[in-house]
Amino acid sequence: MNKVKSAFCRFGNSVKEFFAGEDSIFRRIGRKVKRAVLAVWHGSLATKLSCLVMGLGQAMRGQIVKGILYFLVEVAFVLFLVFFGGNYIGQIFSGHLGLNADSEEVWNPVTGVYEFVKGDNSFLILLYGVVSLIMLALFIGIWVLNVRGNLENDGIIKEGGKVATFKQDCSKFLNKKFYIPLLVLPLLGLLIFTVMPLIFMILIAFTNYDYQHTPPGKLFDWVGFANFGNLLSIGGSGFFLVFLRVLAWTLIWAFFATFTNYFFGMIIALMINKKGIKLKKLWRTMFVIAIAVPQFVTLMLMNKILDDQGILNVILGTNIHWLTDMNNAAIIPRITIIVVNMWIGIPYTLLMCSGILMNIPAELYEAARLDGANPWQLFRSITLPYMLQVTGPYLITQFVGNINNFNVIWLLTKGGPIDLGNYTNNAQATDLLVTWLYRLTTGDNPQYNIASVIGIIVFIICAALSLITYNRSNAVKNEEDFQ
Amino acid sequence: MDKKISDRSWKEKLFGQKSRTAVANGFIYVVLAVLGVLWILPIVYLLYTAFRVTPDTGIINSLFPKDLQLGFGNFVELFRQTENRKYLLWFGNTLLVATCSCAITTLFILMVSYAFSRMRFKMRRPLMNVMLILGMFPGFMSMIAVYFILKAVGLLNSLFALILVYSAGAALSYYICKGFFDTLPRSLEEAAILDGASQIVVFFKVTLPLAKPIIVYTILTSFIAPWCDFIFVNTIINDVNKYTLALGLYRMINAGPASFDENFTVFCAGATIVGALISALFIAMQKYYVEDVTGGAVK
Repeated sequence: MNKVKSAFCRFGNSVKEFFAGEDSIFRRIGRKVKRAVLAVWHGSLATKLSCLVMGLGQAMRGQIVKGILYFLVEVAFVLFLVFFGGNYIGQIFSGHLGLNADSEEVWNPVTGVYEFVKGDNSFLILLYGVVSLIMLALFIGIWVLNVRGNLENDGIIKEGGKVATFKQDCSKFLNKKFYIPLLVLPLLGLLIFTVMPLIFMILIAFTNYDYQHTPPGKLFDWVGFANFGNLLSIGGSGFFLVFLRVLAWTLIWAFFATFTNYFFGMIIALMINKKGIKLKKLWRTMFVIAIAVPQFVTLMLMNKILDDQGILNVILGTNIHWLTDMNNAAIIPRITIIVVNMWIGIPYTLLMCSGILMNIPAELYEAARLDGANPWQLFRSITLPYMLQVTGPYLITQFVGNINNFNVIWLLTKGGPIDLGNYTNNAQATDLLVTWLYRLTTGDNPQYNIASVIGIIVFIICAALSLITYNRSNAVKNEEDFQ
Repeated sequence: MDKKISDRSWKEKLFGQKSRTAVANGFIYVVLAVLGVLWILPIVYLLYTAFRVTPDTGIINSLFPKDLQLGFGNFVELFRQTENRKYLLWFGNTLLVATCSCAITTLFILMVSYAFSRMRFKMRRPLMNVMLILGMFPGFMSMIAVYFILKAVGLLNSLFALILVYSAGAALSYYICKGFFDTLPRSLEEAAILDGASQIVVFFKVTLPLAKPIIVYTILTSFIAPWCDFIFVNTIINDVNKYTLALGLYRMINAGPASFDENFTVFCAGATIVGALISALFIAMQKYYVEDVTGGAVK
């Protein structure tokens, strides 16, 4: 526990150091900007011109192709800003996401006809605003590259050298700067389909975007931290209790899902690996075959087997609502889910544990047996500590994975049963935070703002847990030690 | 403690060491057999239902009805196209998406891994940290935004969008591959560079041939992913002609109250085929995964 605490302390300190320390990010940036401005101030005419007209400096030094490319980027960006982006960036910072929701016909005195004017769409304003801001950031990056290239050229000329030709520049990209062509496409993909949507969704957390404010036709607007306030308050539109219920079940589920799989998988592995047990391969195959069937198929099948009129009830001759019983805080569906998850997860643990168990030095067991330890003592004092030592980080990643384990819950119960007495805001009795989030964004009464808040909370939980793993695992720190 | 030891010797007198292990082993056999059967039963049930042809494919409320027939009828029915069930088409769709996204994903992962493992540049650490953080956000959070972005550019209901999105997120899962690259000896690359080879030549001619096991592993994992994902497809595709297999199977028994009764046996037939295919790939992967990838990582 102390280790965890100190990990957090260290993290806190480094964050503080990062933002407010002697060498904080702001001071570092400040120094850098100061140095850059001074360099440009003392730089050549070409450099100064390039600050305004990108590529001009390069062209003046004979780097014609490079200069033209930079210039084209600037022209394209200015056109983008004038005809598209500028408007949206302005609206994002204006404090309102659109003013007039209704489309209407407006009299145009110049042309003398009624013109159709589309109403504002808060959603598009926010989306295109984010796109434009990212484009702006990219442009600033290219601009800095442009100025820096000029400063480098200044230096080369001062020392009497020759500036690089276009061919030399290109060959650099295949050699020393090969990482740029390697990374540019994958990172672009991430930027468009991960970073941009994430920024957008995080911003949604600070708006009132829900089914009552769905464009087109209606506007949504900034509400500051009101959604987070609702999350932490009871009564009115507050839903703290619901959130706590879902969070508690998420953590309970993650705990049991992780540890039942871990311990039972380990015990089965121990049984199969025990000396004197024959047909080891057969036993292992019986379990591992379960991995071969894709998870979603298994889960859909289980869903039907456990149906109220499903085959299990038929065989047992019972009428148990395995997945839909609401009594006692839906205890039956919850247990069912954990048991089904064991069916899915234990084969994986079995595979993993078998390998590690074989690595435990046999002498340890011999020595303990000579001292008269019984099997339970052997397990408790040798096997378990050894396993925990080796698989500690794995357990935490599993725990995080289970917090985000969408498929098991969604395909088995869809988060149900619906329990309107205890749950509001679209939440249901066996919902995890992520399935709740999913229903909030895709259900009949979407509440994107709350979904976004929940997403941020899940991120915080996962990040905190990952931080512990990260701090404890040596693989990250000693990255270079492999060689 | 004393009591325990005396306890033990008492037991030993009664049973003896040998018979004691025999009893323990017998107990273990029983437990393993019971559990093993429990683990296999659902799969047997899946196969049984897939091959079970009853006069009508109505809901199965008894395991062994009197008019039980076994045969390939469900598979024949499966491949017969109806308005709501186009298994072959879905199969083709999935194959297309899986092949394309697998090619791009593998290429992306190899590129990112090589850059992070072999090259040193100023933005390396910050980029790796940012990617670590990005991976911690729940995927479903950005999914709806991706949906709206695709809608804004008119790419909803298209397989191209699926390929695009599957491949675009590829870079985030570079860890295993980078770990493998980290363990490859650098001496060969250094020798090649001394001989005047450029980085691009080293990448293609020296590192990639050495990385065969991880390439196979990456290809297989990224090929299997589209066969199993149905959540994202469910969000962006709504046209029965563009379904992938996972979504098609899901909709077959979840489309309405009657769909389960009508389609369950056929669903099982379809699921059996997907299962068989993925198992085959899994077995192929197992060999590389266990022997080479982990072997390389531990070294």
